[in-house]
Amino acid sequence: MNTLLSFQNLTLGYDRLPAVQQLSTEIAKGSLTAIVGPNGAGKSTLLKGVMGALAPLEGRVSINGFSESDIAYLPQQSQIDWHFPISVVDLVAMGLWREMGAFGRLGRTKSARVKEAMAVVGLTGFEKRLIGSLSGGQMQRALFARLLLQDSQLVLLDEPFTAIDSATMADLVAVIDGWHRQGRTVMAVLHDYQTVNTHFPQTLMLARELVAHGPTAMVLTTDNQLLASRMCEACAETPHVCGKVIT
Amino acid sequence: MIWELVFAPFVEFGFMRRALLGCVAVSFGATPVGVFLMLRRMSLTGDAMAHAILPGAAIGYLISGLSLSAMTIGGLIAGMVVALTSGFVARVTAITEDASLAAFYLISLAVGVLIVSTRGSNVDLLHVLFGSVLALDDAALILLCSFATLSILTLAVLLRPLVLECVDPQFLRSVSRLSAITHFIFLALVVINLVAGFHALGTLMAVGIMILPATAARFWAAGIVGLISVAALIATLSSVIGLLLSFHFSLPSGPAIILVAGIGYIFSLIFGPVGGAIVQALPRQKT
Repeated sequence: MNTLLSFQNLTLGYDRLPAVQQLSTEIAKGSLTAIVGPNGAGKSTLLKGVMGALAPLEGRVSINGFSESDIAYLPQQSQIDWHFPISVVDLVAMGLWREMGAFGRLGRTKSARVKEAMAVVGLTGFEKRLIGSLSGGQMQRALFARLLLQDSQLVLLDEPFTAIDSATMADLVAVIDGWHRQGRTVMAVLHDYQTVNTHFPQTLMLARELVAHGPTAMVLTTDNQLLASRMCEACAETPHVCGKVIT
Repeated sequence: MIWELVFAPFVEFGFMRRALLGCVAVSFGATPVGVFLMLRRMSLTGDAMAHAILPGAAIGYLISGLSLSAMTIGGLIAGMVVALTSGFVARVTAITEDASLAAFYLISLAVGVLIVSTRGSNVDLLHVLFGSVLALDDAALILLCSFATLSILTLAVLLRPLVLECVDPQFLRSVSRLSAITHFIFLALVVINLVAGFHALGTLMAVGIMILPATAARFWAAGIVGLISVAALIATLSSVIGLLLSFHFSLPSGPAIILVAGIGYIFSLIFGPVGGAIVQALPRQKT
């Protein structure tokens, strides 16, 4: 197995209070992994740790073969100012930042790629619209088009389908399947177990500590779910500092 | 008739031509910056920065009297120091940038008022506060035009990172290290335009030519290019009309220009096709 990401005794947290604790596991290159777990289980925190947006309190994340800035990341609550007057095509084209930088030209080839990415997510014809005129589903489609252009080997998605209509979700799941077929590695924080069961071969269940990681059918069992929610309740009752229980 | 009202003052009087050139330079330099301030919901930041510049100009005055270069350099230093320290404090402590900026500009303003009121005569205070657009000399005009040119060129070069910093700062930080630099260069542009503006219109009125046309443009255009063009047009028109009013009715020119811009804003607010009061009140058409 070719390892892309490995977590070694990884503890991540805010203000020295851990949200993810002593996680040790590996993410295979080309795998499609759902990250599931109760609220407050540290799922989003884990993605921030991979992004390098959060330094580990203990342990480490090793990324095999490329740097953090080559990761494509879709945060849960994007800080996008949707009222800012730029067109949809301009927002999507920002996915080419790494190739173009601040001053590079958007030539004919790149324009064609932008157009193609918008077609893949079903936004053809919306190029000139201002981003503020998009619906919630269309906004998410635009952000997926931008992720497509980032052309990254590792894609991190934090609850990409929250508050999204089912037609949009089906189209975006198809985009994720496409990434998987191209051999890219995808990790997505998800809540809907049906989506996980149908589309995600691997699952990592987190309840601050690792509950289980492996083929989805083996991980997504009733026993594991019960265990995870019990672990999270226990965590909420005992304050931890940096991996050690305060007594 | 029209000749005498509109053209004769500029044709016959050199100081009016100089005033016009100065105001047009400030209009073209400051309004694009004002548009970005408005879009980033930082309209009041311009105001805060203008107050922050005052002590710098006052210290410059203290050292070498009513000297263009000393007051310019003083204003630039004070503005940059306040912009950089408040940005820096916001990034390393728990305080937000607007609170930090408010704290620093108030300190700066108090220092400025203290210096001006203990050491300067009232006439000088009026000059700093309200400018002297009708007394611009060659050096001042060159300064105003250079600052406007520098501002427009910088904005053109910086446009892509600046737009991304406005739309999605999180994304910019994830793909590039330009986020903080872009923010500070933008604040620096605010400062140089205010310093340029204060020679013509005074520290308080300089913000007016930056912000009022931008907010008025908001009711006429939706895209960035449209907003900047409309804002620059409104600022230029306000300058011409304001100078003429000032000439014919012996009004102080700075407030006259800004009041015309203000009237332009209220007119836009009511009649503007993009979200103006009348359009909003009309029954919505399905598109």
